[in-house]
Amino acid sequence: MFPLLSVITFVPLAGALVLLFVGSKNENLIRMITLATGLVDFAFSLALYYGFDDSTHAMQFVERAPWIKSFGAEYYMGVDGISLFMVMLTTVTCVVCYLATWTAVERNVKEFNISMLVLQTAMVGVFCALDFVLFYVFWELMLIPMYLLIGVWGGKNRIYATVKFFVYTMAGSVLMLFAILVLYFQYHSATGVYTFDVLKYHAFAFDKNLQFWMFLCFFVAFAIKVPVFPFHTWLPDAHVEAPTTGSVILAGILLKMGTYGFLRFSLPIFPHASLAAAWWVSWVAIIGIIYGALVALAQEDIKKLVAYSSVSHLGFVVLGTFAFTLRGVSGGIMQMINHGVSTGALFLIVGILYERRHTRLIAEYGGVWKVMPKFAFIFMLIALSSIGVPLTNGFIGEVMILVGVYEANAVYASLAVVGVLLGAAYMLWTFKRVMLGEITNEKNKDLPDLSARELAYMAPFVILVFLIGVYPNPVLKKMEPSVRNLVGQVAKARSGGTAVAAGVRAPDGLRRE
Amino acid sequence: MTTLKTVVSIVPLLAILVSVAAAFGIFFLRNTPNGREACSITAALVKFGLVMSLYPLIRDGYVVECPLVAFPAGLMPNLGFALRVDALGFLFAAVASFLWILTTMYSIGYMRALNEHSQARYYVCFALALTGALGVAFSANLLTLFLFYELITVSTYLLVVHDETEESYSAGTKYLTYLMGTGKLFFLPAIIFTFGLTGTLDFKSAGIFSGVDPFWVGLTLVLFVAGVAKSGLMPFHNWLPSAMVAPTPVSALLHAVAVVKAGVFTVVRIVVHVYGVDFLSHLGIGVVMAFVASVTVVGASVVALRQDNLKLRLAYSTISQLAYVVLGVMLLTPDGVRGSILQIVAHAFGKITLFFCAGAIYVGIHKKYISEMAGIGKTMPWTMGAFTVGAFSMIGVPPLAGFAVKWRLLLGSMEAQQIPIALVLLGSTLLNAAYFLPVIKKAYFEESDDAAHQHEAPLIMRVALVTTAIGTCLVGIYSDFIVGLLKGIA
Repeated sequence: MFPLLSVITFVPLAGALVLLFVGSKNENLIRMITLATGLVDFAFSLALYYGFDDSTHAMQFVERAPWIKSFGAEYYMGVDGISLFMVMLTTVTCVVCYLATWTAVERNVKEFNISMLVLQTAMVGVFCALDFVLFYVFWELMLIPMYLLIGVWGGKNRIYATVKFFVYTMAGSVLMLFAILVLYFQYHSATGVYTFDVLKYHAFAFDKNLQFWMFLCFFVAFAIKVPVFPFHTWLPDAHVEAPTTGSVILAGILLKMGTYGFLRFSLPIFPHASLAAAWWVSWVAIIGIIYGALVALAQEDIKKLVAYSSVSHLGFVVLGTFAFTLRGVSGGIMQMINHGVSTGALFLIVGILYERRHTRLIAEYGGVWKVMPKFAFIFMLIALSSIGVPLTNGFIGEVMILVGVYEANAVYASLAVVGVLLGAAYMLWTFKRVMLGEITNEKNKDLPDLSARELAYMAPFVILVFLIGVYPNPVLKKMEPSVRNLVGQVAKARSGGTAVAAGVRAPDGLRRE
Repeated sequence: MTTLKTVVSIVPLLAILVSVAAAFGIFFLRNTPNGREACSITAALVKFGLVMSLYPLIRDGYVVECPLVAFPAGLMPNLGFALRVDALGFLFAAVASFLWILTTMYSIGYMRALNEHSQARYYVCFALALTGALGVAFSANLLTLFLFYELITVSTYLLVVHDETEESYSAGTKYLTYLMGTGKLFFLPAIIFTFGLTGTLDFKSAGIFSGVDPFWVGLTLVLFVAGVAKSGLMPFHNWLPSAMVAPTPVSALLHAVAVVKAGVFTVVRIVVHVYGVDFLSHLGIGVVMAFVASVTVVGASVVALRQDNLKLRLAYSTISQLAYVVLGVMLLTPDGVRGSILQIVAHAFGKITLFFCAGAIYVGIHKKYISEMAGIGKTMPWTMGAFTVGAFSMIGVPPLAGFAVKWRLLLGSMEAQQIPIALVLLGSTLLNAAYFLPVIKKAYFEESDDAAHQHEAPLIMRVALVTTAIGTCLVGIYSDFIVGLLKGIA
């Protein structure tokens, strides 16, 4: 069988190897090779998408080979309806990023492109790995290029931001590594088998007490990545200092790894602990939703504003996930995709402004609509998608999450609505301050409108906004069996082992509060 | 209640999409005034034609359905985007699309006479707002309705801030805060709750709430009524007077017809097809809501008395008149509901006439304030003639449209045995007279000091406003015909 997943994972790495042999003076050639690599990878991921069978929750395109036999680590890759879309999101976002950096990065172009390609391999790997060792390798591999992206090509205060980003993420990773090892030995002592197979852990019922502590370890690691309030403080710094593409990757994909981690590891391996933790995780998520939105309202730096909006939006994802209802979880996945599209696009928009004016202060702008009408139109569409106006992708995700959360707890849903409202407030207010009114700043008088290249890299996101907003069915259908299975696993733990028909709706007695 | 036959057709979708196509057309022809105006007019005519092509089906008691997107049944059962045209939606769509033709004609005169800026953007937003209005009329479920409801909010925002002055921006902010704020804070949760409680969002003639705990019925109903701020019900009415900074054709079509009518239409739709009239009347919640609406009926009229700016007086009059719709439907009696739906049509014709006149006066003699309008009855005979017709209709003088409405609402209040409501209706008629008659007196019975420099508005504007004035008479005279269409609904 054609090893499609390995190809998708390692094509970017191959591209990076090719770049090693290109002279660093040939900047355009380097950019072309990077873009071509990204496009090839995207083409393969399309094959993945169309080859994906939406009738089963089983892992597909599985590749399995022994790796480190002495302690049972394997090269084990596979995707289901959850990771499929994360892989797609990665390949699309990376192509957009390669186009977007064309002029934004001017020094060390070769090194920059190599870092990006290595990063892409690591990101796809994280979403495909089904062996804990393999997963951890990709997870850590991701940090290095990200560290370089911010630390070398970042803004003034980049070193501080990089170190903060690194320390936070490492702290979480170490806890996760510890938890992985504990699970590994627990599993061995119970079954006599040494394995890092994630799916075997899914099927194994760990001791409830142990689950609690291990859940906590994983939770911290993923919560930092998401980031869940109060672990979010590294994010605004990292975003502000990162180059535009760094921010797009960070917001579009890296943050999703936290929520993906909840879905792939926390919920199925620790269903009891997840159930027990649901109430406080939900509250933390709600605080994040409202706090992130309020702080975003107060920002004067447009990039920080978008960064805090991520805290708020990902709060929704976490809230939906920990509702453990079919619609809550699938709404969460939907919103992961949407956030990647909308917030990725927002960071590109900020980057477009920054490239022209070299400032991110909202007060420096105003009336930009007059000189950049095409840009204004796209900014408006993306802003509307970010606040979940109907017809856009954001609306679908928002409704699904709210319905799913309502089924679990009406109070949580009502509080989340406040976040929806605040989201509309800061986004529309920002749009108004930047784009509408008279041009008050002389420097904005002759800003050039979008170039063909800029239109080209905004186009995929704009298309996705409407495609998902009007016809989300292909996405929903492909994720459904996997989500149903996941929700079923949690429901099984809830009912103490007796299988509940993969809970469309939690029985009344199980509603929290 | 007669059973309704259904027929599947793509015409409703086409009728909605015509104005989207027009928006693109106007965008590409943005630099040729004749081109973009021709595009608008053509789209308006085609839209009206498409809506009217549904008339034979509606008359024969059919419901036209047009399913668009059904979400996967496993994940989101009974959920999706779909269109459905019944007599109620047809009436609103027919009125909105017919008046769009006249408003476009009127706009051409108005915008050219005043040499306004950004006309292409204006026509694009107008077309999109009409898409939203027809979408609301033709929605088959709450999700689709919410989609188009929000489209109206977004597209009309740019019309409210059209002047790009400080005043218009602060009005625009208020506009979005009220409409989108209540939409997200109350309307959306109400939809979510409804789906959670009933497992569907489809409009059904018997409602979908049967068997739900009365507490939740009441809570969602309050959320719905509060969430649909487009209906202008107090205390969420303040966006409407602010929105009057927009060019007058916007105030005319959007803030007398498309936007506010989308609001009250939504309320009627929800009461009739989400809860069901019979279901609500058993619970006795309707009367409470009718009294809430009464407060707006009287309160807004009192405020209107004190406005010297003609457009503001009309705006408060609109708030008061819209509350009739809510009041009527909340009576939950056949005549109450009929009067309420008839008011959507009657007020549309009457109020658009009045706004057209206000704009014509502004174009003709550049006056905004009533105190400056002495003697204009002689210098602007066509305009003031139409104004008088519109005002008499608002007051409820027979045989004009307003009378037909008030008559049915009074009958409805009797059927519901609510004497206080009847008194509110009678009292508000007095107030209507009190704030409209002084304008007419000023125009006809006082002398202008500047008659030489006063002249009528351009012909194309006069054609529009006289047509709507005639429409106001016809709606009044043929009100039975309109109500007759509603068999199966009320």
